[in-house]
Amino acid sequence: MSIAEILDTMEYGPAPESDKEARAWIKGLGGETRLFIGGAWKKAKSGESFETTSPSNGEVLTRLAQANAADVDAAVKAAAKAQPGWAALPGHIRARYLYAIARLVQRHSRLFAVVETLDNGKPIRETRDIDIPLVARHFYHHAGWAQLMDGELADKEPIGVCGQIIPWNFPLLMLAWKIAPAIALGNTVVLKPAEYTSLTALLFAEICQKAGLPEGVVNIITGDGATGEAIVNHPGVAKIAFTGSTEVGRRIREATAGSGKSLTLELGGKSPFIVFDDADLDAAVEGVVDAIWFNQGQVCCAGSRLLVQESVQDRFIAKLIARMETLRVGDPLDKAIDIGAIVHPVQLARIRELVDVGVKEGAVLHQPKSGVPAKGCFYPPTLLTGVHPAATVSRVEIFGPVLVATTFRTPAEAVELANNTEYGLAASIWSETLSLALDIAPKLKCGVVWVNGTNMFDAGVGFGGYKESGYGREGGREGLAAYCKPKWLAKAKPIVTAPAVEPNGDVVSTGFIDRTAKLYVGGKQARPDGGYSRPIVSPSGALVGEVGDGNRKDIRNAVEAARKATGWATTAEHSRAQILYYIAENLDARSGEFADRLAAMTGKRKQDIAREVAASVSRLFSYGAWADKFEGAVHKPPLRGVALAMNEPLGVLGIACPEEHGLLGFVSTFAPAIAMGNRVVVLPSSRQALAVTDFYQVLETSDVPDGVVNIVTGDRDALGLELAKHEEVDGIWYFGGRDTAAKIEKASTGNLKQVWTETVQRDWYDGRQGEGREFLSRAVQVKNIWVPYGE
Amino acid sequence: MNVVDKHTGGRPAGAAAFANQPHPYNPPIPFSLDPIEAVRVNLSAAERRTSSLGGRRTVKKEWQAAWLVRALQCIDLTTLNGDDTAGRVRRLCAKARQPLRADLQEALGLGDRTITTGAVCVYHRFVATAVEALQGSGIPVAAVSTGFPAGLSPLDTRLKEIEASVADGAEEIDIVITREHVLTGNWQALYDEVKTCKAACGKAHMKTILATGDLQTLRNVARASWVSMMAGSDFIKTSTGKEAINATLPVTLVMIRAIREYREMTGHVVGYKPAGGISTAKDAMAYLALMKEELGNDWLQPNLFRFGASSLLADIERQLEHYVTGRYAAFSHHAMA
Repeated sequence: MSIAEILDTMEYGPAPESDKEARAWIKGLGGETRLFIGGAWKKAKSGESFETTSPSNGEVLTRLAQANAADVDAAVKAAAKAQPGWAALPGHIRARYLYAIARLVQRHSRLFAVVETLDNGKPIRETRDIDIPLVARHFYHHAGWAQLMDGELADKEPIGVCGQIIPWNFPLLMLAWKIAPAIALGNTVVLKPAEYTSLTALLFAEICQKAGLPEGVVNIITGDGATGEAIVNHPGVAKIAFTGSTEVGRRIREATAGSGKSLTLELGGKSPFIVFDDADLDAAVEGVVDAIWFNQGQVCCAGSRLLVQESVQDRFIAKLIARMETLRVGDPLDKAIDIGAIVHPVQLARIRELVDVGVKEGAVLHQPKSGVPAKGCFYPPTLLTGVHPAATVSRVEIFGPVLVATTFRTPAEAVELANNTEYGLAASIWSETLSLALDIAPKLKCGVVWVNGTNMFDAGVGFGGYKESGYGREGGREGLAAYCKPKWLAKAKPIVTAPAVEPNGDVVSTGFIDRTAKLYVGGKQARPDGGYSRPIVSPSGALVGEVGDGNRKDIRNAVEAARKATGWATTAEHSRAQILYYIAENLDARSGEFADRLAAMTGKRKQDIAREVAASVSRLFSYGAWADKFEGAVHKPPLRGVALAMNEPLGVLGIACPEEHGLLGFVSTFAPAIAMGNRVVVLPSSRQALAVTDFYQVLETSDVPDGVVNIVTGDRDALGLELAKHEEVDGIWYFGGRDTAAKIEKASTGNLKQVWTETVQRDWYDGRQGEGREFLSRAVQVKNIWVPYGE
Repeated sequence: MNVVDKHTGGRPAGAAAFANQPHPYNPPIPFSLDPIEAVRVNLSAAERRTSSLGGRRTVKKEWQAAWLVRALQCIDLTTLNGDDTAGRVRRLCAKARQPLRADLQEALGLGDRTITTGAVCVYHRFVATAVEALQGSGIPVAAVSTGFPAGLSPLDTRLKEIEASVADGAEEIDIVITREHVLTGNWQALYDEVKTCKAACGKAHMKTILATGDLQTLRNVARASWVSMMAGSDFIKTSTGKEAINATLPVTLVMIRAIREYREMTGHVVGYKPAGGISTAKDAMAYLALMKEELGNDWLQPNLFRFGASSLLADIERQLEHYVTGRYAAFSHHAMA
């Protein structure tokens, strides 16, 4: 085109990024890739391979090795062999390796960016300006944690071999999020990139070689879902970290149940983008661009549900429709492209299908006039208006450049609509009124909230979901928990439950009037629904008393009561502390009575009993103390602003108390939970439940609001399973044997509740094992609220 | 509101190449506080938009060359120094007539086009000199006025200054506002001041300088933009070039979004002129891309967009020479103003 003609049209014209170096590198792979195991490039044992294509034109880039179970086994063995030596290195030495990786990523940044764009179809602008810089930043940040581990995580050690399975939407970035924290803390990894987008992971393996990383610390194997499954099921893997769909996450939770593997899941989302009438509307329009038209909308935390206040709806939608016209869709290697190719024809078909459903269900479709390239895997930016909360497109994660819009009238309604989803990954709030934005942010059930921004990420700020968006955090100090464990665990013995003692007919006389131990639900003592009782028997076989035999309906009632006690989460920390101290005070006043009861149930020596009661009083004081001290953090990501990492309660927490230490085990678990603002349904020790039924009166006299603590006695393990299945329960703690732990983990998948099963013995008297941050951090989830500011 | 007359005003055409694109005329509308109070500007979001745009939009090869020529055509070639002389101003005018070396213009395939800068911008003292020097070129003379740059001389004096420049042949008047009115929130006073100046301009085209560096916040910039447009400014302009901070992309974003909203509300079209600190071809490309993205192609013409710049032209020439020859050019190979 002549310059004169362009002067008349003032079009942009093509601005291609060269792919010469990237293609040369791909060619150098030899047409079929290998697996990176134990520091060497190995052929897949199956000899099988599959094609990987460039989504912008369908061209085959190369063939990828298909790793099978034997390859996975070799990789896990290599990782296991390397792990002790890697963990034994001084933190400073590990830090130097991570630092080297960060520098190497920067030195080869353009090659990474172009290979990623070829393989994934996302615009070169994004790989070049966002993905790759964040990758380097992640390794820098975690080089720092390697350096600081000895001092900052003195009681912690690495978990071992980590199996990591990552998605295709941010191939190298998700690799960095997985590998950096794992190896920083002394773990070794077996990572499987997504089958659509494995190339940058292989380039990363070359970087590891260049950095001189000890062999076996990072192993990268390519393959399909079966390969991933082999990693998940491998007994040598101590931890699984997965990012991907909620559906697969659920399957992994099920598959790992009972294996003792620790698990973090970063799953799907349907994140709300909330525009209040006092927002900078033009800024919010650009926010939408970054929310749903970033990476073709193939972003787990994409702001895919637009909620606009009714008073500005017309103006906002008009602005948005106008803005859509200037989005440029096309060749992702063009430097001036906003929206590249959808990763695979399968995804494209799914997007088309869902949009069709949306239109059929009554949504109005808006797409720009400019259209999309005829060839390649492209889909235009799309807005669906007039979408009701019940519509399929309001509920299902589309994972494409499709925004659904609905309206709200009041802030309270915005919160209600925002939370009306099984997901809870992220949210955006747009308002120029800080008091409004900071009021809304804590009310949203999700792990990340951006105020007047969206899709901001940083290595120093935790990322991860609430509800069925998964658990665990990636990034920041909160992300480290996923890759280390308490040192004492290594030496702990498994919990073995002694066989139940049959009553021998003796009765322990209390000398008091007969008392009926009921259940404790919603602040009232309630008879068990079934109308049955169970005996509490001393080790010698004497009948000490009877407690109610709760069933699933009692669990239902208890959960309902807990659900209703919503005020507890927002009760001031100071007030929660006062109540915990008050409970301690009232327990202390009746310590003799509790000692007698424990003595009768356990037959333990007097001084041991006295120690348990005293420790229980002290523990309540500890959590009274912690209630206003387990604070979040103020992160400093690289922007003018802050990210507030808030510790928020899980919600309704089910607790199956340890069988031993009927009083101390109960106090040590329910107290941290309520100190952090959870409401609990507690299943006391089956053998020593009378210590807890006696506790009702302590609770009743200590100003504990109704429904905050609910107690159901009975067959602890059977009731635990009911709690695990209940989808209004947000988390469950279980201290007991492996068999039941496995069942509970399996049953938790309905709503993907957070599960903490502990099958080893803990010294409940030990200050480190029995109380403190470990319990508190299990009782909360971290929400990061990003607040950029400036006038 | 009479939308029909938005592109008229009976005033002479601008630079020769754009004779068919008359300057818009923005008639004053009654003062209203509503749009001023409705202003919401988020600084961080504005910065994100402008800082990411450089990575989102770029022009290469012949597109870049064409865009550079367009940038050149939008320059208000400016000299506003205490040591200006008639001789210096004549040199500047000569450069405005032939901003591009003839051989380069030929090589770019634009030999049959008249390529000039958008205007020449001087102090009142040199208006007559410039008008004479530009005779027959179609290039308008712009005069900075109203006690430029601080704008604190008596109103009568300022109005007389406008009238004098118009009488000397200035077709464009760049006025400065009283920053105090913005900093104290005295919007009515600001409106009255700008509207009075507009009346004094008569048929001359009025550009209102907000001195955004003095206003400090984007909120102030947005509000001052609205008041200036309601009072009849044909262009709104960032800076005198004498403030500590001159044109920036975030300020530009806020001002052009105000222009967009004003058009949506009233149907009237207002132009935009960033001034000061834009000295490289790369900077100029970023401004053009932002104009295209936020306001569309109409604002990529000198009747609606100008750069207030003195050294930008030299860099654009060098970049165009690079395009033609493939060599990075020496400043000395291009005629100075």
